[in-house]
Amino acid sequence: MGYRAKFEVWRGDSTGEGALQPFEVDVNEGEVVLDIVHRLQATQAGDLAVRWNCKAGKCGSCSAEVNGRPRLMCMTRMSTFDEHETVTITPLRTFPVIRDLVTDVDFNYVKAREIPSFAPPEDLAPGEYRMSQIDVERPQEFRKCIECYLCQNTCHAVRDHEENKAEFAGPRYLMRVSELDMHPLDVRDRKDAAQEDHGLGYCNITKCCTEVCPEHIKITDNALIPMKERVVDTKYDPLVWLGRKIFKREDLERKHATGKRSLDDAGPDNGSPLPADSIGPAGT
Amino acid sequence: MTTTAHDPGAPSAENPGRADIRARTLRRDRWWLAPLVNALGLATFVVYATIRSFWGSAYYVPAYHYLSPFYSPCFSASCVPGSSHFGAFLPAFPPWIPLAILSLPFLLGFRLTCYYYRKSYYRAFWMSPPACAVSEPHGKYTGETRFPLILQNAHRYFFYVAFLISLINTYDMVVAFQSDAPDGSVRFGLGLGNVILLVNVIGLWLYTLSCHSCRHVTGGRLKHFSRHPVRYRIWTTVSRLNTRHMLFAWITIATLILTDLYIMLVASGTISDLRIVN
Amino acid sequence: MADTTTPDVVHHTYDVLVIGAGGAGLRAAIEARMRGKRVAILSKSLFGKAHTVMAEGGIAASMGNANPRDNWEVHFRDTMRGGKFLNNWRMAELHAKEAPQRVWELETYGALFDRTPEGKISQRNFGGHQFPRLAHVGDRTGLELIRTLQQKIVSLQQEDHARTGDYESDLKVFHEFTVTELFKDGDRIAGAFGYRRPTGEYLCFHAPAVVLATGGIGKSFKVTSNSWEYTGDGHALALRAGARLINMEFVQFHPTGMVWPPSVKGILVTESVRGDGGVLKNSEGERFMFRYIPDVFREQYATSEDEGDRWYDDADNNRRPPELLPRDEVARAINNEVKEGRGSPAGGVYLDIASRRSTEFIRKRLPSMYHQFKELADVDITAEPMEVGPTCHYVMGGVEVDPDTAGTVVPGLFAAGEVAGGMHGSNRLGGNSLSDLLVFGCRAGAGAADYLDALAGAPAVSEEAVDAALAEAEKPFSVRGAENAYTLHQELQQTMNDLVGIIRRADEMEMALKRLAELHDRIPKVGVTGGRAYNPGWHLAMDLRNMLMVSQCIAMAALERQESRGGHTRDDYPAMNENWRRELLNCSLTDGPDGPQVHLEHQPQPAMRSDLFDLFELDELKKYYTGDELGGHRADQGM
Repeated sequence: MGYRAKFEVWRGDSTGEGALQPFEVDVNEGEVVLDIVHRLQATQAGDLAVRWNCKAGKCGSCSAEVNGRPRLMCMTRMSTFDEHETVTITPLRTFPVIRDLVTDVDFNYVKAREIPSFAPPEDLAPGEYRMSQIDVERPQEFRKCIECYLCQNTCHAVRDHEENKAEFAGPRYLMRVSELDMHPLDVRDRKDAAQEDHGLGYCNITKCCTEVCPEHIKITDNALIPMKERVVDTKYDPLVWLGRKIFKREDLERKHATGKRSLDDAGPDNGSPLPADSIGPAGT
Repeated sequence: MTTTAHDPGAPSAENPGRADIRARTLRRDRWWLAPLVNALGLATFVVYATIRSFWGSAYYVPAYHYLSPFYSPCFSASCVPGSSHFGAFLPAFPPWIPLAILSLPFLLGFRLTCYYYRKSYYRAFWMSPPACAVSEPHGKYTGETRFPLILQNAHRYFFYVAFLISLINTYDMVVAFQSDAPDGSVRFGLGLGNVILLVNVIGLWLYTLSCHSCRHVTGGRLKHFSRHPVRYRIWTTVSRLNTRHMLFAWITIATLILTDLYIMLVASGTISDLRIVN
Repeated sequence: MADTTTPDVVHHTYDVLVIGAGGAGLRAAIEARMRGKRVAILSKSLFGKAHTVMAEGGIAASMGNANPRDNWEVHFRDTMRGGKFLNNWRMAELHAKEAPQRVWELETYGALFDRTPEGKISQRNFGGHQFPRLAHVGDRTGLELIRTLQQKIVSLQQEDHARTGDYESDLKVFHEFTVTELFKDGDRIAGAFGYRRPTGEYLCFHAPAVVLATGGIGKSFKVTSNSWEYTGDGHALALRAGARLINMEFVQFHPTGMVWPPSVKGILVTESVRGDGGVLKNSEGERFMFRYIPDVFREQYATSEDEGDRWYDDADNNRRPPELLPRDEVARAINNEVKEGRGSPAGGVYLDIASRRSTEFIRKRLPSMYHQFKELADVDITAEPMEVGPTCHYVMGGVEVDPDTAGTVVPGLFAAGEVAGGMHGSNRLGGNSLSDLLVFGCRAGAGAADYLDALAGAPAVSEEAVDAALAEAEKPFSVRGAENAYTLHQELQQTMNDLVGIIRRADEMEMALKRLAELHDRIPKVGVTGGRAYNPGWHLAMDLRNMLMVSQCIAMAALERQESRGGHTRDDYPAMNENWRRELLNCSLTDGPDGPQVHLEHQPQPAMRSDLFDLFELDELKKYYTGDELGGHRADQGM
């Protein structure tokens, strides 16, 4: 059952410099690539850096590129490789490397913050929300996303063009816009922002995001293309465009609707015993 | 998508902190196969369609009322008698104007802006990207954010016209179920050409109705399906077809070529139609 | 390679530190922030990857959407029954009363639960719950919960950004950050110390309130559904800060974990499979659970397959099938079937839904299970049965807290979620975990905010304490010891799995304590190679200390409790003993000759408030209580 496999693992540091390091390691029946990386850690390279959590394809932590293909290491079975094949594992190429197989994915957290949050209806109290199953099903598909960032990594708009990172939110977060736009109770109009703020136009629907999605979410067909069509509704429909030109009527209120305010401008000094900031040495 | 010379193994200076891997891709599968096949397939169609559109003859079989989809609708005085199903109210065309000038640009536009074909030709011809996780040979990329590619957003208007043209193609298909009797009267007729025309029209409908814009306008644009049960049903059906949009795109390329070729061969007398009834 | 200069420590000041970014931690952070506090969330993994995402079934809350007869009293009774009346009744009460509000609140944050035909939140059946009660999203409810709370945090950050121009001005997530020590000023909490996992940079937080929400201890066991983070950090930090742990002997083994292939052994198979019609069979094809209905549950469970099958469609007139008994009962039954030779080839039993439900139904209701088995085991669960066996899933024990504020005995230290003890008694019902996170996460955030409002003067972190914490974290780099962290971890897991596992015996646990004592001597000799930047060997070396400490607590408490109850089963004391119901075991640290040592004490269980006591029938209470405790019941009042 077991055999000895040849591996090449990229090892390097945050300067980006590094190289593929060859290993020979035991493989047993039923194992996945992540098991092999763990075996390397335990037996040959105690400091080999790898990010992982659940090992069941549910948390999206162990994203890497296996033989050049973006994959979750925990969901890549060794049985998909030939026993004589050298398996190459490299870190995600679109993000800065921290060490070995671990990359700095903060780009995604920055983009997540740029998407205006769910704007709930102002007149509904908790417990009064009513939604139909058929209405929630569309956005529910996108909420299956485990944020492995494989789509963000694969999308050529940023993978091959670092300079687009500022303008382009990437498939995962354009899908988030789409999700909110399809949310049956979200009151904000997100169409113009999708195009102007989040870079929907950068998407040329070449579908690599869908191809690599471990959750099999139809990102392109169900989120991005419908969002492009919704943008056409408001931005590229000649009649709407003409109406806007003539009447200068932009639905500003809906465009900036945020729903209920939760903090009501509560600054962090309501009875707090500490000054609002202060980064100082111990004991001061 | 502007083209500038670009070293595929991007130096790390441009990509601060990324793992410095120079290879364009570490993929070992035959990732180049799909774009190659796509490029050949699309090129074949473009070449064939261009030649035939300007051919100007052998597009109508008067005896069986077969009209090639590349010449429908035919509104010019230059059209072969009988081929103008809706009248020939335009003057005669010089030979460098295709006879179906009123429909062809829209059909071309419909397929050019189609969400599936876009993927196909961006990958196959523009190599942007050639395949997933294979770097593209361009230094700069702006996607569909500016002219001319921003015009891709016009897809739905091409869809509206394509829908009308599909109705015309359907009419062409239906009238072809007649053949001229020896006494000059018209009676029911059925030949291999009819079957081909029928298959082509079914394919065209499947391709047109499975279009992403169709999916959007029939129901996708709604926020609450629950308030529009009929449109929800339509959307559900279109969505199911939509998952096979790529398949229909290729099937219709094949049926269009096949239909036109068959009619050309029959019309030019190279072969005779295989008649089943009359 | 490790540089030899003393590294810098960067200092930050916050009002509230939340350690852990799972459901409880995020809910606590939201509450504290909404009450105007500056909050830092310290999370061991990336933001949004917390182990909460693994929860599949749902959130138990008696909203009564599926069955209007459900209410908090029924939920309270189910919870107490499930915990074999060892639960802290006040926690169980608050939990049952507040869970619906906490779930509805999630919808205002953007959560999208599955719906009933009237558009309300759909609720599903689960083991131990009398009515369909679990709000759910397919079988990925935990992911929905985490994502919703994560997005609420982002939304609060956007509000702060609109006001201050900085997203992180008042609510900041330090992810991939491990806390190694808590600081105190006198008896009050003053801050925390730890390192950024990617860089090894040391950070010192000055904060008068700390909420522990670090989850559980599963990584001390070999077969577990828990991820690497579950190393009992919060339990150990609380102990070292002077708090007490209770109920540590109660460890829940989920009855259905995957058993094949070996590399995924332990990964969870959701209870929803059984809730939606799946049944357990042994190698002889027998639905063996009918033979394992204990007396205390005999009235609530079906005794024939026909009745059990009818229950799925008509729950009001039939009793539920025994596959839906509380988890401890099912886990023990599976364990016994395997032990008596009626197990599957890989050492589990069969969980069959393929022969009972349509392919479409299974793929719709259990999409991630379908996906999980297809991709990891190459098994199509719509066509074949799954092989399953018990896996270490949850620790009922944890930091002793005040039910209303989630505060510990250490002023300024709070705990919520799995790291807190008491709520679930000796056994947790499925679905009660996610609601626990929300209810007590919220209360911990509020408790911390109230504590700050009443606090006089800011506690200070001493420089000596920072130096000591730094030296402790640096130690593995200077040790040129022969011990390998990975090897010691495996030994610890094997010991706990074999000797303090699902069925326990005095001699085995004594042996376990001996081995743990040996590990106690060996762990300080663990040396690591490489530098501080993302060095998993170093990370494990730091976590090992915590795992050892909680393992000692578990083994000592398990040896002491001479009865079987819920998640604690003794081969040598197989029966439940009503005298032990009044006893809680707590662990604390005391100074010993070679540093601090785990110390075990008995403490009495507080008596239930009479109005809650009266919610039960006397006949049921008689199964759990001693005669003299029953005097206050309403049925006795007339005499």
